Amino acid sequence: MTALLDRKLLFVTGKGGVGKSTIAASLGLLAAEQGKRTLVCEVDAKGNLADFYEAGETAFAARELQPDLWAMSMNTEESLKEYLSLQLKIPLLAKIGPLARTFDFIANAAPGVKEILTIGKVAWEVKERHYDLVVVDSVASGHIIGQLTAPQGINELVQVGMVRNQTQWMLDILTDPAQTGVVIVSAPEEMPVAETIELAERLNTETQVDLAAVVVNRVLPELFTEREEALFDSLRSPERVEALTAAAGGDVTPVLDAAELAVTLRRTRAGHLATLRGALDPALPLIYVPYLFTRSHGARATRKVAEMLSEEL
Amino acid sequence: MAANSRKAEPAPSTGTPTERARTLEQLLATKEIVISCGSGGVGKTTTAAAAAAMAATHLGGKVLVLTVDPAKRLANALGLERFGNVETRVPDSAFAAAGIEPRGELWAAMLDTKQSWDDLIARHAPDTKTREAILANSIYQNISGRFVQSHDYIAMERLYEIHSSGTYDLIVVDTPPTRNAIDFLEAPDRMADFFSSKLLRWLTAPSKSRVMNFASKPFYTVADRILGSQFLADIAEFFGLFQAMAPGFVERADAVTKILADKRTTFVVVSTLEAAPLHEAEFFIDALDERKLHLGALVLNKVLPAYLRRTATTGVAKRLCADADELAASVPDAGDAADTARVLATIGESFLNYQVVAKREAEQRASLARTPDVVAAVPYFDADIHDLAGLLQLGDQIWR
Repeated sequence: MTALLDRKLLFVTGKGGVGKSTIAASLGLLAAEQGKRTLVCEVDAKGNLADFYEAGETAFAARELQPDLWAMSMNTEESLKEYLSLQLKIPLLAKIGPLARTFDFIANAAPGVKEILTIGKVAWEVKERHYDLVVVDSVASGHIIGQLTAPQGINELVQVGMVRNQTQWMLDILTDPAQTGVVIVSAPEEMPVAETIELAERLNTETQVDLAAVVVNRVLPELFTEREEALFDSLRSPERVEALTAAAGGDVTPVLDAAELAVTLRRTRAGHLATLRGALDPALPLIYVPYLFTRSHGARATRKVAEMLSEEL
Repeated sequence: MAANSRKAEPAPSTGTPTERARTLEQLLATKEIVISCGSGGVGKTTTAAAAAAMAATHLGGKVLVLTVDPAKRLANALGLERFGNVETRVPDSAFAAAGIEPRGELWAAMLDTKQSWDDLIARHAPDTKTREAILANSIYQNISGRFVQSHDYIAMERLYEIHSSGTYDLIVVDTPPTRNAIDFLEAPDRMADFFSSKLLRWLTAPSKSRVMNFASKPFYTVADRILGSQFLADIAEFFGLFQAMAPGFVERADAVTKILADKRTTFVVVSTLEAAPLHEAEFFIDALDERKLHLGALVLNKVLPAYLRRTATTGVAKRLCADADELAASVPDAGDAADTARVLATIGESFLNYQVVAKREAEQRASLARTPDVVAAVPYFDADIHDLAGLLQLGDQIWR
């Protein structure tokens, strides 16, 4: 199997709140620092990507943030304009004028148009070999199937015309596991795990796009061995708490409470992790990213996650 | 409409309508529709279900929780095998198992987008022939089944339908996961625009007169080249059929918009104290304000306990890390000293780790510019909820 960062196109998806954008940004950073010319493309236009790199706002036109790391935000209208001028040789913006005004409407009504313009743009960058790797901070897991199957859907709906002719090369790229893969970001909690399992199945049955890896984000550390845990429990007796409080020069109860909370959280999550492991193909890479106990969310956190990913990959 | 009697006489605790609600209980006692919103993964669905269960238990009347994509566990927690587009009553046995005798009834329903669209078409289609033609149209099938934004509209449409039936005293709606939290607020307006737009009329005009139209000719030429004439013909047929229903749809969409702004409706924004969801929550609070919609409450989930922020404990935790060996010796008969020292150092470090997160979250919370009268914080209890008792326990945290 092709190593994750040796592919050409990675779609990073996951349930809301699991840290999908963090992982996408970190994968991009890691690839760039390995010397790959990398484009990170944000799809759902929340402007988060800028926060993860702290390098100013991103736009449709890709911008180099640091050597080998480029970033862009998807804009389907811009994508259409670019497509028209590149593919159909329609140079006059004047002719596109009325098209732009009505574009949103058509895109909302005609199924798959927005999706195909998104997929088409990133696949185009791969086809033209503008980058070694394109990382897409994609839509959430509920919508990714619709996006990935858009070329197929268009193929079925549109019998003739230029769009039809364009979908085949996209499908060739998307369905080649050596080039394209999906990365599902999950978290060791009930709903993210359930959604990950469901999405892995749907990718398999409804698309021909390869699932490249599952990244489990925010994995809490195991505090104790079994023996240490028994010892910890024994520390909670009143006379020991009293002795420790006297020796430490302050009430140790909150510290003990916090440790108990940490143990409980870890234990519940371990159950969800086991469910996830049991449901996925054992051959599928399962990558764990530890919970970050840091103040920052920005570039420093992205770098830290990239370092952790680098150890796991 | 007998079921609405509760609203006719305000409960004593709520006082006059001008008095502002200070708790979720007071808020829900004066409202008929509660819309729970926020970004994905913050516990929106569970919060909606917990609030509805509390209302059924303590306020009485018929309470419905309308969710979009419930976890199977939530259905089980409500004592149901599963629930679908049709409302199902949560059995008394589920309440009895929780040791509760509710004052009212709790009902649950799940939004089935495809089914709801089909129902809507059936209602608005002028005749059987049009209805069948629409249901069979490939574009319609794509839109109703897959089209992302169709969830937003249909959720609000279904809410309107249920509310106007007058069957329930209170409806708690869990909003669909959207790319953008305000999408569903704008969905009815977009739907109305869609049906009254010039483009729709143009697309559905006979193709000859379309060619005659000077302004639209370049567009049609381009569209034809890109999409192919068959696809355009399919679209035109679809829109043609839909146009027959346009007046009904526009009227309906306007009514749906009105109900969102009605004073009987309130919004509950759900978030955690992590940066991204909180950012989205703030954005949403602003959007509600801009549209003059009623922000009733902010529910903060998974909040770490306050003791983690105690600065007095910081020193204690640091000592546990630094002087673990010395402190281990002071513990009476704790067994192996090296083991004890390692445990003490570990718990000291763990406390300091969690303190960083707790302080970061407290700062996030303090930085919220605009908050509603009711702000409820739910502590981080990670034990999953698998019965009604668990749901009500969570509900207790936000209720008063």
